[in-house]
Amino acid sequence: MGAKMVEFNGWDMPVEYPASIGCGIVNEHMAVRTGVGIFDVSHMGDIRLAGREALAAVQHISMNDASRLAIGQAQYSALLYPQGTFVDDVIVHRLGEDEYLLVINAGTREKDFNWVRDNTCQFDCKVEHLSDDFTQIAIQGPKGVDVLQKLTDADLSVVKFYWVTRGTVCGLKNILMGRTGYTAEDGFEIYIPPDEATSARVWHEILAAGKEFGAVPCGLGARNTLRLEGKLPLYGHEISDTINVWEAGLDRFCKMEKPDFIGRAALEKAKAEGVKKTLVGLEMVDRGIARDGYKVLDESGREIGYVTSGSPAPFLKKNIALAYVPPAQAAFGTTVKVEIRGQGVKAKVVPTPFYKRPKKAAKSE
Amino acid sequence: MPYPTDRKYTKEHEWITADGTIGITDHAQESLGDIVFVELPKAGTEITTGKPFGTVESVKAVSDLFAPVSGTVTTVNEDLATAPEKVNKDAHGAWMVKIKVKDPAELNALLSAADYEKFVSEEAAH
Repeated sequence: MGAKMVEFNGWDMPVEYPASIGCGIVNEHMAVRTGVGIFDVSHMGDIRLAGREALAAVQHISMNDASRLAIGQAQYSALLYPQGTFVDDVIVHRLGEDEYLLVINAGTREKDFNWVRDNTCQFDCKVEHLSDDFTQIAIQGPKGVDVLQKLTDADLSVVKFYWVTRGTVCGLKNILMGRTGYTAEDGFEIYIPPDEATSARVWHEILAAGKEFGAVPCGLGARNTLRLEGKLPLYGHEISDTINVWEAGLDRFCKMEKPDFIGRAALEKAKAEGVKKTLVGLEMVDRGIARDGYKVLDESGREIGYVTSGSPAPFLKKNIALAYVPPAQAAFGTTVKVEIRGQGVKAKVVPTPFYKRPKKAAKSE
Repeated sequence: MPYPTDRKYTKEHEWITADGTIGITDHAQESLGDIVFVELPKAGTEITTGKPFGTVESVKAVSDLFAPVSGTVTTVNEDLATAPEKVNKDAHGAWMVKIKVKDPAELNALLSAADYEKFVSEEAAH
């Protein structure tokens, strides 16, 4: 489709599709906020855990409480190191009585799989790496459901946010469809057979079905700006092996009261000690765009933290950023500076997420 | 898009006319994507051949503007501060700065429209 490609964790990925077909990051971003956008997210990885002790295994390696999941339900969670820092963030899907699917990040696939396999061997549970078994396509935006509904026999109106269903999609039987995404918008992610002919056929059928809703193909660029507006963390930026759960502000997805899990003891200690840095949202006050890795300064110009992700926000039409700063400088309204090409440019701490979609149904955790 | 023959081009994807008007090429705007920020020097600033004199930012990236030749900035296109997207719409019309060229002979060393077009297509082939 003439997309600008970039290598991303070993994958050739489209950053954005051409302006000549109505794309470009801003148009793609706006399509997802107001209509629908289609993403090829096959780079995402998948790990299946199945067997008598699959739940116990998932509980042991992840921080959210998987025992709360009904069959067909999903939750945002994370795999932690014993230090309470991140191996990766994941979506845990409960597909059957004793069957779970973890959807993981591209750049951490091998590491995640090895981690899960090595830390679950004491459980009666089979761990399979299915990353190359699926092409994953995300259909995101307020019209995403309408587009997919045209192509499937499953009734999508009864599938709540963070639930999955199965059905025939584009003639393919028993396709997994999850009402999940990484855009802070409604929509589905579907998992189809990975062969190129099938993937290409389904991709084009989805785009054709979406035409009446103004659907456009979207690349990694829009995926990043969309997730940033929604404050959805990106591995290697907001979360990493040196950042813990409390610093990242992901407390509500970490269930300390559930049975013991890897990282729990360190997190208990870290909580008692208090965090030294915390993730905040910044909005640029003066002219300038904060970018990943830029320094955050206090009003006097002293370095106090760093930007993890920063960009113009196409829907909000502001320049926004996520940054780590000391808790003392984290209150809403605090004035800070972002060092841009040697100059301290004024910004302020604002509530997050920057963007919250108008809610129709209650969000599940 | 045909490259106008009334000006010279650089391998850093800028154009400059004989009277010292400087902008970025259509190829540059297309590679950058949606341009959201243009930072330019003030009138009176000396710029030096090959050295950065400003910045163009798209949603995804920051790029330096490199001076095609040395000179002194006489006028800045203030329009671009509030409407940077004009560069996407018309890169060969939306100029950035006008300079008083220090040594007009420097312009001779730059690429013609045909040479630039060839350079861009060769670059794309890599």
